[in-house]
Amino acid sequence: MSAAQTIPETAPGAAPRPREAATAWRHARHVITGNPVTAVAFALFFLLLLCAVLGPFAVPYNPLASDTANALQAPSWAHPFGTDQLGRDILSRVVVATRLDMTVAIASVVLVFALGGLAGVAAGYFGGWTDRVVGRIADTIMAFPLFVLAMGIVAALGNTVTNIVIATAIVNFPLYARLARAEARVRREAGFVQAARLTGNGEWRILLTQILPNILPIMAVQVSLTMGYAILNAAGLSFIGLGVRPPTPEWGIMVAEGASFIVSGEWWVALFPGLALMLAVFCFNLLGDGLRDIVDPQRRG
Amino acid sequence: MRTVLLRLLGALPALAGVILVTFLLTRVLPGDTASYFAGPAASAESIAQIRAELGLDRPLPEQFFRYVAALARGDLGMSLTTGQPVLADLTARLPASVELTLAALLVAMGIAIPLGILAAVKQGSWADHLCRIVVTAGVSLPVFFTGLLLVYVFYFILGWSPAPLGRLDAFASAPPTVTGLYLVDSLLASDIETFRAAAAQMALPVATLGLFALAPIARISRGSMLAVLSADFVRTARASGLSPRHVILTYAFRNAMLPVLTTLGMVFSFLLGANVLVEKVFAWPGVGSYAVEALIASDFAPVQGFVLTMAILYVLLNLGIDLLYGLIDPRARMGA
Amino acid sequence: MSITDTTPRVPLLDLRDLTVEFATRAGPVQAVRRVSLQMMKGETVGIVGESGSGKSVTSYAVMRILDRAGRIAEGSIVFSGMPLQAAPETAMRDLRGREISMIFQNPRAALNPIRTVGRQIEDVMLRHGQATRQTARARAVEMLEQVRIVRAAERYHAYPFELSGGMCQRIVIALALACRPQLLIADEPTTGLDVTTQKTVMELVTELTRVRGMSTLLITHDLGLAAAYCDRVVVMQRGQVVEDAASGTIFRAPAHPYTRRLLRATPRPGAGLRDLLPEGAPAGEPVQAPPPDAPPLLEVTRLVKAYPRPLTASWWKRGAAEPPVRAVDGISFAIRRGESVGLVGESGCGKSTTSTMLMRLIDRTEGSIRFDGQEIGDIPPRAFTRSPLRARIQMVFQDPSDSLNPRYTAERAIADPILRLGGRAARAGLRARCEELAGLVGLPVELLGRLPHQLSGGQKARVGIARAIALNPDLVILDEPTAALDVSVQAVVLNLLQDLKARLGMSYLFVSHDLHVVRLLCDRVIVMRSGRIVEQGLTAEVMQHPRHDYTRELLAAAPEPP
Repeated sequence: MSAAQTIPETAPGAAPRPREAATAWRHARHVITGNPVTAVAFALFFLLLLCAVLGPFAVPYNPLASDTANALQAPSWAHPFGTDQLGRDILSRVVVATRLDMTVAIASVVLVFALGGLAGVAAGYFGGWTDRVVGRIADTIMAFPLFVLAMGIVAALGNTVTNIVIATAIVNFPLYARLARAEARVRREAGFVQAARLTGNGEWRILLTQILPNILPIMAVQVSLTMGYAILNAAGLSFIGLGVRPPTPEWGIMVAEGASFIVSGEWWVALFPGLALMLAVFCFNLLGDGLRDIVDPQRRG
Repeated sequence: MRTVLLRLLGALPALAGVILVTFLLTRVLPGDTASYFAGPAASAESIAQIRAELGLDRPLPEQFFRYVAALARGDLGMSLTTGQPVLADLTARLPASVELTLAALLVAMGIAIPLGILAAVKQGSWADHLCRIVVTAGVSLPVFFTGLLLVYVFYFILGWSPAPLGRLDAFASAPPTVTGLYLVDSLLASDIETFRAAAAQMALPVATLGLFALAPIARISRGSMLAVLSADFVRTARASGLSPRHVILTYAFRNAMLPVLTTLGMVFSFLLGANVLVEKVFAWPGVGSYAVEALIASDFAPVQGFVLTMAILYVLLNLGIDLLYGLIDPRARMGA
Repeated sequence: MSITDTTPRVPLLDLRDLTVEFATRAGPVQAVRRVSLQMMKGETVGIVGESGSGKSVTSYAVMRILDRAGRIAEGSIVFSGMPLQAAPETAMRDLRGREISMIFQNPRAALNPIRTVGRQIEDVMLRHGQATRQTARARAVEMLEQVRIVRAAERYHAYPFELSGGMCQRIVIALALACRPQLLIADEPTTGLDVTTQKTVMELVTELTRVRGMSTLLITHDLGLAAAYCDRVVVMQRGQVVEDAASGTIFRAPAHPYTRRLLRATPRPGAGLRDLLPEGAPAGEPVQAPPPDAPPLLEVTRLVKAYPRPLTASWWKRGAAEPPVRAVDGISFAIRRGESVGLVGESGCGKSTTSTMLMRLIDRTEGSIRFDGQEIGDIPPRAFTRSPLRARIQMVFQDPSDSLNPRYTAERAIADPILRLGGRAARAGLRARCEELAGLVGLPVELLGRLPHQLSGGQKARVGIARAIALNPDLVILDEPTAALDVSVQAVVLNLLQDLKARLGMSYLFVSHDLHVVRLLCDRVIVMRSGRIVEQGLTAEVMQHPRHDYTRELLAAAPEPP
């Protein structure tokens, strides 16, 4: 699920009702146009999306083609972001890397959204042993410094991109489970849930029709806010040499490659992938704030 | 005192969980641990023999028991790269990491808490705007990237800081070890020269880590201060004519610190992780860079030792935070 | 205003054309418009109004503690000769707590949760030079004694969370009176407290302020309360003062139509349910008592709900000696077909636990619940969801906002029981049935497509009622159905409930803390305290000749207008 899909989904709730969807859409537009920062975030997001989808077809150079004669060239018209130690075009590499970085982040967030969200909602709603088991798992994960645990998991499972996705999802699990649990718990005793029991709804139906739709928007905000962290986490892992291997273009590994040239003044090798990374994280954080405004019922209707 | 004991007891399940998870991580190592130890040219018999030696042919519970027993003896295995016991390596390198992390945390708290409070008290002022910029930038900047930027500006362009290569430059010698923290040890030895050298080396990595920790602390400080300032009891205090200073410091501040304290646990988690990245950027001889080197060399015992050490450290830090929380909040004391 | 004309004295507090504006996203909004009000020394004045009338904002403006978005746009506030509207903040700080002080709604939240109450009182006294470091402790304990805190020296060290709501309110009063101010502003000081606690708190305030010769400004939504304790009452509506008169006059001859409406809507001794509606409102069905020989619909016998003791810090030392808490402790009663029974008690008396058990949302510990001759106490809550009896016992919830799914339209909410329990036939005519139900509860059909946040409190209450009666239940449990509503809306909703009962022949169990509201709707009342029934009988009898001391106490606690 990308954030673009979550926007309409956050507003209208479970069953799409045209009227409500329309007001929510209007509200979303109002938030976007009323807040220039959110507008910028959306623009950035579409740029990222564009790079991820069209990047490999649109870049001027082959991101893997080395040209040692032109190694470590400062930015110029021919190479706007300069070239790296093998003479590869950094602009092309930065653009092409978007797809991989986004895929890793999105895949891990979708995974944890599904697992953590469900586990948390079940724990909060049913309580009892479900709650204890989920709580114990979350607590155990939380007992580790998260990045360190991610390192350990990747080291144990094997040094692959898939495992980076899994590790990132695992370390984010408590965040989602706890949020979903807290929200479900509050609503479990809410009047409308009690009322639904009286009107003959079974527990599972209540969970699906009463609780989940009311929690999803809050979770969607969380998705956007965690996307940034997921990107950073994955890039951090590849920075220390886990997951992605050279010569695959990926922002974290490109910064790592550029690190050794910083002390000798070749700043562009690390700067541009670093900036791309920063912009992506920045974009998702702003988007999260914007989504929160859309979801916040106090600003609706 | 009883509360302290209770909290200690409360930390036990977390500790047990940490040890169990670390054990499980050792068991799902890529490929076969025994064939890894035996080397690429080993025969099937020698692999089986090694497996028996390592106890890998026993049932999992027994293996776990052996693992815990080894832990109790302080046996974390041997490092293939350094040829030393992992425990010895870790203890030798831990002070460097601790010094870095603590200094960064102190710097971050020293700036972020006043900034966050000021931003909340004077909404819309320069402090509020600065706070917002710091928070947004802080969460978006990859910590390794900040480090490299600082190196480029302060080392390459301005030449203000020494080369980013470790705790002391080649010409200085380490102070006599008391705590292992160079800043403290050099002061204890009244060695101002070494203190200055160590401080100069630390400035950039501490700034990098500090910037990273700044954002969450500032954000929570501002948020919780705002919440507390609009609380009923602050209104009562204001309606009683108490001076703003008194209201903010005695009434609002102490209450606002409770969520900050809780967040500190999360910040520690981030810091201990970011530490690894910063140590790599600055060639800092701490446990983080040790683990990274081992990781690249596919030397797994140090990595596991590192993960376990960090986790235990983190559990202890959280315990400290809990105790501190109980000191401030009487309600937490009761509910222990 | 006649007071200023006839007496040469200068008023203690003099508001003239006070206008308060709030900056909102939609532009400035005037919460208080050209309010003028004079108070003499020693006088007790009540400001009465429903939510959003600007009564609290007026008092905050006097204290100059409006939040950031609010500002005094126009007019003057003069306090014993000093203009306050533009006074420097430092001068205001000296005034607050020493000359004017304030007590608030929700006393527990009004105290610093992590500072001992004694220290909080000391803070105020030290600030205004009423005590020195040496004497502060003794003075604080003395203040605690004056507000009748028993074991004051010990309670000095207590934190707010260790004290009851009523005790916290006394601490707030001690805080407010510590420096002997001239004016006390009490902002809904008793809202959220039990009726008996309300009375003691109000009496304490009255006595302490009278002894000190103070003036009191009482802000309340309760006309009865204001009339009982104030010399003069000012009625506010939508930010404006609509009437200002002596309390006796207001009750005998209310001049403004709004005051009359408000007064009529307030439940009071002697007034029937229909008397609460505005004059000229269409009279509903006549109120009829059920035939005395009607068969019992619900019989509760020796019903018990016990909860295990909460885990304490010394859980490993916990012996089996500690008995579980009996929230409901062996109660027996019956509800006949077509009868309304009131279940009255203060918070924690077990009335909500009882209603939740009867609704089969939680299990009982002991005893029997027979509904229409069948034992339903044995059916576990989960299984009861599928029982055909489910449709016959329904409930109207306390908070209309909380009891509606924020993502369901009014129609979807009303349709829910029909969809789940109505069977195929009912589902076919769903739309028509929803419209019919909306008509029954007086909800305009065009509002059916709206979401809860687009409806008013009264409209949400109607949706909740429509949902409860959608399947023509035999028994409806009303759990404080009007507690979250303004009095005028409460009057309408109570009448609606009465009409529905007459038309549909349901039985009600009306759970409430307020005997005077229960009296309007119920044929019989049951008074509960600490999990037990202390008294039950015909409403008129219990109200006129209460047999139990506690019932008498409850009855006496309600404020009596002059």
